[in-house]
Amino acid sequence: MAVFAMPSLGADMEAATLIAWMIQPGDTVTRGDVVAVVETQKGAIEIECFEEGTVETLDADIGATLAVGAALATIRAPGEDAVSAPKPAAQPEKRAEPKAVAQAPNHPALPADAPPPMASAHSTSAPKSPPVGPRAGEAPAASPAARVLAAEREIDLATVTGTGPGGAVFLADVEAVQPGPPGAEPVKVRAKAGLDKDAMRTAIANAMARSKREIPHYYLTRTIDLQAAVDWLAATNAKRTPDTRLLMGALFVKASALAAAQVAQMNGHYDAEGFHPAKAVHAGVAVALRGGGLVAPALHDAETLPLDTLMAKMRDLVARARSGRLRSSEMTDGTITISAMGDAGADAMAAVIYPPQVAIVGFGAPVARPWIIGDTIIPRMTVTVTLSADHRVSDGRRGAKFLTALDAALQTPEAL
Amino acid sequence: MTDAEIRQAFLQELTQIAPDIDPGNVGEDDHLQDDLDLDSMDFLNLVTALHQRLGVDIPEIDYPKIATLALAVEYLKSRAD
Repeated sequence: MAVFAMPSLGADMEAATLIAWMIQPGDTVTRGDVVAVVETQKGAIEIECFEEGTVETLDADIGATLAVGAALATIRAPGEDAVSAPKPAAQPEKRAEPKAVAQAPNHPALPADAPPPMASAHSTSAPKSPPVGPRAGEAPAASPAARVLAAEREIDLATVTGTGPGGAVFLADVEAVQPGPPGAEPVKVRAKAGLDKDAMRTAIANAMARSKREIPHYYLTRTIDLQAAVDWLAATNAKRTPDTRLLMGALFVKASALAAAQVAQMNGHYDAEGFHPAKAVHAGVAVALRGGGLVAPALHDAETLPLDTLMAKMRDLVARARSGRLRSSEMTDGTITISAMGDAGADAMAAVIYPPQVAIVGFGAPVARPWIIGDTIIPRMTVTVTLSADHRVSDGRRGAKFLTALDAALQTPEAL
Repeated sequence: MTDAEIRQAFLQELTQIAPDIDPGNVGEDDHLQDDLDLDSMDFLNLVTALHQRLGVDIPEIDYPKIATLALAVEYLKSRAD
């Protein structure tokens, strides 16, 4: 009998709320099967099973907040007897306070997994220090997300009971101090995956602050003649039914991916050991969520995808981002990100790099501008592109090469 | 289809794509992009859904003709015949 526990889903993930079961007792599961959907600060993520066998019991309730390592389900291995295993005494979460952390005795798993690596960038590496509680006058050990929320709600961290190792304060502990009005809580537990906008805002804030703190950005801008792409797109779409039409955004992503494949310093990850160029271009696509919020899930191998395939995958990605059904690989595999204003709003956008990536491409809204061809001034559709790049990895000349390649790709849209 | 049926179908597909929109609150002249914040992906999804549901293929040049509820009902009615 194996207990399948909550895995860690990313650098800044602390805990997740269980919102749906995809299995029930008696089902057979194999590695990779989606067993549950959990809601995190970054939205809903499908959890894939590591165990094989038959589901014996489900060990968490819908609405429960699960820390990394908390019990999810008990799986009986093939061939094992159906002896009832001692369930972790954990799961009496108070139903009145769905935000309470499941107090599982399987916490030995916790110090190794939590808090996330991002916490070690700050001095509060709580689980790595000896297990003593905060002394009077000393800042209590707390996760970055907990600090932000405590500051927002003007809660003194020293007064919060921490459930982490050594009394470290997690986000859920701060939330438990001032639970929302009873009427508000059920909104977070829906059959359809929803997004906690506040939690997402916090996650974005942390990532963007870290980016600006750690990455020396430089910016290069180019205004590109988009007329060829606009004309080709209109002509192509005129012959197609809506389900197969293309959006300009797909052309932007493909052109950027092709350019990234040519200029290695724009594509990869940067960590403590330095820059690791990636072999493939996994293009993060910035998706704005209705009502606020932003995610940038990755389209794998974008430089190899035919434009129609890329568009279909983008539609699927956007739909799942908005309904909250992204996969963890989409959240962590991006090697460069593309962000676009859309049809209107701003001429140009200097975006913020998503760590650990090293570049981001920002497209303004396409607009007609006076353009010079030969000796004449004629109106042309144009778009202003801004490349934000990591100066530890590349200099302006490499950035300029990227923009040149991007420009060239958009001049031959039929070849995208 | 009657005007009411077209209107209902349009609003249903619209709120599928933008679940935060309250169908009871959509004004006749509310602009899909400017007032209701639909972006080009949302718009394409709406056009695709209307094609599936009503059998009307709306070409790109006609997109401005469905930019508001009032315009859309009129357009879809004329195309459905």
